[in-house]
Amino acid sequence: MQTAISVEQIRKDFPILQRKVRNDKSLVYLDNAATTQKPIQVINAITDFYTNHNSNIHRAVHALAEEATEAYEMTRDKVANFLNIKDRQEIVFVRGTTEAINLVAYAWGRQNIKEGDIIVTTEYEHHSNIVPWQLLTQEKKAKLEYIGIDDNGELILNHLDQFLATGKVKLVAVSQMSNVLGTITDVATIIAKCKKAGVRVLIDGAQSVPHMKVDLGMMDCDFFAFSGHKMLGPTGVGVLWAKKELLEQMAPFHGGGDMIREVHKYETTWNDLPYKFEAGTPNIADVIGFAAAIDYLNNLGMDYVRAHEIEITKYALEQLSKINGLKLYGTPDMTKRGGVISFNFADIHPHDLATIIDEDGIAIRSGHHCAQVLMEKLDIAATSRASFYIYNTKEEVDVLINSLARAARLFKL
Amino acid sequence: MSSNADIYHEMIVDYSRHPSNFGKIENPTIQYHDSNPLCGDSIDIFMNVEADKVSDIKFHGRGCAICMACTSVLTEIVKGKSIEDVRKIQKNDVLGELGLENLQAVRIKCALLSLKVLKYGLYSYLASKDANADALKQEASSLY
Repeated sequence: MQTAISVEQIRKDFPILQRKVRNDKSLVYLDNAATTQKPIQVINAITDFYTNHNSNIHRAVHALAEEATEAYEMTRDKVANFLNIKDRQEIVFVRGTTEAINLVAYAWGRQNIKEGDIIVTTEYEHHSNIVPWQLLTQEKKAKLEYIGIDDNGELILNHLDQFLATGKVKLVAVSQMSNVLGTITDVATIIAKCKKAGVRVLIDGAQSVPHMKVDLGMMDCDFFAFSGHKMLGPTGVGVLWAKKELLEQMAPFHGGGDMIREVHKYETTWNDLPYKFEAGTPNIADVIGFAAAIDYLNNLGMDYVRAHEIEITKYALEQLSKINGLKLYGTPDMTKRGGVISFNFADIHPHDLATIIDEDGIAIRSGHHCAQVLMEKLDIAATSRASFYIYNTKEEVDVLINSLARAARLFKL
Repeated sequence: MSSNADIYHEMIVDYSRHPSNFGKIENPTIQYHDSNPLCGDSIDIFMNVEADKVSDIKFHGRGCAICMACTSVLTEIVKGKSIEDVRKIQKNDVLGELGLENLQAVRIKCALLSLKVLKYGLYSYLASKDANADALKQEASSLY
């Protein structure tokens, strides 16, 4: 359902955007790649759960348990719908993208990666899509290789061809959008190359699912991971999607309640999918809150979300590129980038810059963004990063630009 | 409490561009390195000790203006002092020089990284010589 909704209307749904920070400045929240703010609908859903329906799920037969279970499971159906997943049993709720990737590294990786095998990732990955593979390859005496990036911050896919030609690659793990450069990965080409070579593909969708239409029915990857809190949802909820045949073959990740069928003193049989991978009491309230986030995005339509971000990112790139001494990273081609802008301003360290503009109520991120491999490649210690979402306005970009001018004065640029 | 913008006065900006005692010492008596995993600030401190005095000190690394200014000031304080006096340096000795006593909590680690490195470095030097060296280690780990 598409609605002709205005940013002003959207902003009214986000209580936090009404507050003042520092010296009575309006909050300008530009740290959406880290986490987004939550609309009142999500906040209310969580409050409603604890106020009216709180119970553990799946086992008890009382009324509250039934309501809680139904609401929890309904979120799974909404995720399936949102990403065009045919089989709801392929959707595993986890804490976030990091846990989803670790689950694959542990439960699939330990069974399938052997000495001499190669796992391929990229130079623009978040640490969550690097470190689990380092742990796995070190344990198995396998090798980790990186697809490099060019000057525009795009992947050099020839590198993938070279790795695949060795015949030793077992998995390619790549993010669909870089959290630093905003580059949108050509996952269709990567998946096609890997399918041809019989290689499994994991896609990290932490930065893509919140910002553009993602169709897992079409994509044909093997594993897909993303987080709820970067798309209006609560923290502590994420999703691992994997092909059923893989989930069935994989060993469990955590042992405990809910993931079992029968437990005897010395042996246990596993529960059906997806419960085999959801040991212990899950994050029930936040999973239910996440459903409200999906409803909110569906109501806007992901095409609207993407169009709004293109408009605002384009405007911000235009304004930022007029500033002397300001270096922008990533491609200028908006068809290949999301609403993330990393930059450095002359010799002002990103942490100093973030502190200065925080005084004007602006929240940006500064640092290595959990992408130190990329920082090394770019030969910088850190960047400043502004990242946009559905509630950001061009006026907020102007506040940022004015604040950068103040920083320039303080540092006598 | 000072506002964020007040932090960036002339001295801090000048130190960030022209740090004091910046460089390396070949074969120093004491050398220690540490970094802040959250922001990537990275500092190496080198010291020569002669007759129980810090005869020379240099630092190397990269960091924000707060980090570079505080490290500069710290090296200025330390240079020429006896080991006993250097042991007594407290965080406000450094922060006070730059008017940063009320620095916000998220930036305090930038300001105190070098003091941490200094205290760990001294500990590594004194561990085998001084029964009370452990106190330095504890001070270092409790700075932030």
